[in-house]
Amino acid sequence: MNPFQYTRSLAAAGAIQSVLKEPHAHFLAGGTNLIDLIKMGVVTPERLVDINPLPLKGIEKTATGLRLGALATNSEVADHPLVLQGYPLLSLAINAGASPQLRNMATVGGNMMQRTRCNYFFDTAMPCNKRSPGSGCGALEGINRMHAIFGASPACIAVNPSDMNVAMVALDAVVHVKGPKGERKIPFADFHRLPGDHPEKDNTLERGELIMAVDLPAPAFSQHVAYLKIRDRTSYAFALVSVAAALKMDGNMITDARLAMGGVAHKPWRLHAAETFLKGKTPGDDTFKQAAQIAMQGAKAYRYNQFKLTMAPNAILQALKTASA
Amino acid sequence: MSTKPGKDPEKPEKEPAGEGLLSGTRRDFLKQSSLLSAIAFAPATVVKAAENQWPEKVADAFEKVDVHLEVNGTKYNVQVEPRTTLLDLLREQLNFTGTKKGCDRGQCGACTVHVNGVRINSCLSLAVTNEGKKITTIEGLANGDQLHPMQEAFIKHDGFQCGYCTSGQIMSAVALVKEGRTQSREQISEFMSGNICRCGAYSRIVKAIQEVKTNQS
Repeated sequence: MNPFQYTRSLAAAGAIQSVLKEPHAHFLAGGTNLIDLIKMGVVTPERLVDINPLPLKGIEKTATGLRLGALATNSEVADHPLVLQGYPLLSLAINAGASPQLRNMATVGGNMMQRTRCNYFFDTAMPCNKRSPGSGCGALEGINRMHAIFGASPACIAVNPSDMNVAMVALDAVVHVKGPKGERKIPFADFHRLPGDHPEKDNTLERGELIMAVDLPAPAFSQHVAYLKIRDRTSYAFALVSVAAALKMDGNMITDARLAMGGVAHKPWRLHAAETFLKGKTPGDDTFKQAAQIAMQGAKAYRYNQFKLTMAPNAILQALKTASA
Repeated sequence: MSTKPGKDPEKPEKEPAGEGLLSGTRRDFLKQSSLLSAIAFAPATVVKAAENQWPEKVADAFEKVDVHLEVNGTKYNVQVEPRTTLLDLLREQLNFTGTKKGCDRGQCGACTVHVNGVRINSCLSLAVTNEGKKITTIEGLANGDQLHPMQEAFIKHDGFQCGYCTSGQIMSAVALVKEGRTQSREQISEFMSGNICRCGAYSRIVKAIQEVKTNQS
């Protein structure tokens, strides 16, 4: 690892100031991604500002829903009684990611900040516009099996690797951030961005802004949910394709639906059109296949990830069947 | 590396004396060139060290941080570079070499230890972030000569071949039982998936865990 200085922060304002002071200072939370990136030479910080002592670990009921502190660990969230009860989709998605050891370290905010797992991003000998803007995209004509089928640009076809994010975007979470200009809220769907001409920017945070908490709205999908993750091995691998499905049912009718995909885009990919289609329908293979077809509109594959064009709609069908069962 | 592109770094001793920084013996060259590259990437403390002509001490010049932590019931006050991982602190400074370095990237689980009773990958945890924490390593499981039941079970069921992943497997397995994730073979496999065994001792590891669980209930 490149040598760096270390600051232990006891207050958010101080941590933000510390990061703003130096161009290559980074916040450090669970470290499961950042330390790895530093070891690989992908990130070369001059200073790490340790925010772990900040009082942001709480998981608390609010007037409208549930607030997850940015430093609550993935396991604390996934195993929390209020999450299991009101937001089982989130629990399923988190437990589909990483390993128990990593989930004990990784935090809500850190998981949101997780960088892509694109091999060209990790390999400093390769071109990558996300790591080194202007150097080109190694994946575009390279081994792009894991890569995007939605929303990519000629500059970057990487995907967001998080499972938690897929559930968060489906559940309409809201992100609370604090920065040099004060506090603001960002709808989860607007937190991550598409690569466009600036793949080096994964999200819409401004420099020095710190994630404080994520708010979940009142529990609306506590029963008919499924998180299906398809990967190269049964567990402990990143998604080729994942699907978060949540249905609200009145008897045998779908009154509301949430659908999002992971492993297919630079951000967690919400499927609004398919959701709208499902409302008022009766669960069944034909309905779900049509929803999947709608969801796949605009998909574009590259040389090695053509299989995702078949895998993704099948995964949507299966997730909806499981959720409605 | 070199400030003089095109020169062969293998033959620096042929440089005429007194021609700038890179003159002198091969030994000096290596010292100086590594110092130069260190400066290029280094924070202020190192640049200061160089100004003060402390080339031998560059490695010590980085700001070290005091860390107080407890390992297997014993308190330690140590000084570490911020980039030192908990794994390296345990193995290299405190000599708890039972904890293994496998991938060093959080992908294999060989480095699993308990921090405040919770299993984590020590290779991805900076030592400095463990201030005030209680660490348990494989050396801390046995009670004197009496092995932990999980250690006994791994021996009985032959839950290993080469043994490199074993301390991580056992630390994970002890935590798994405590977490109550032993309801089925499938659940054990899923929640042990953070520990890779290249020898493929998985089915025996599961048997060892199931026995400990049965004996406890």
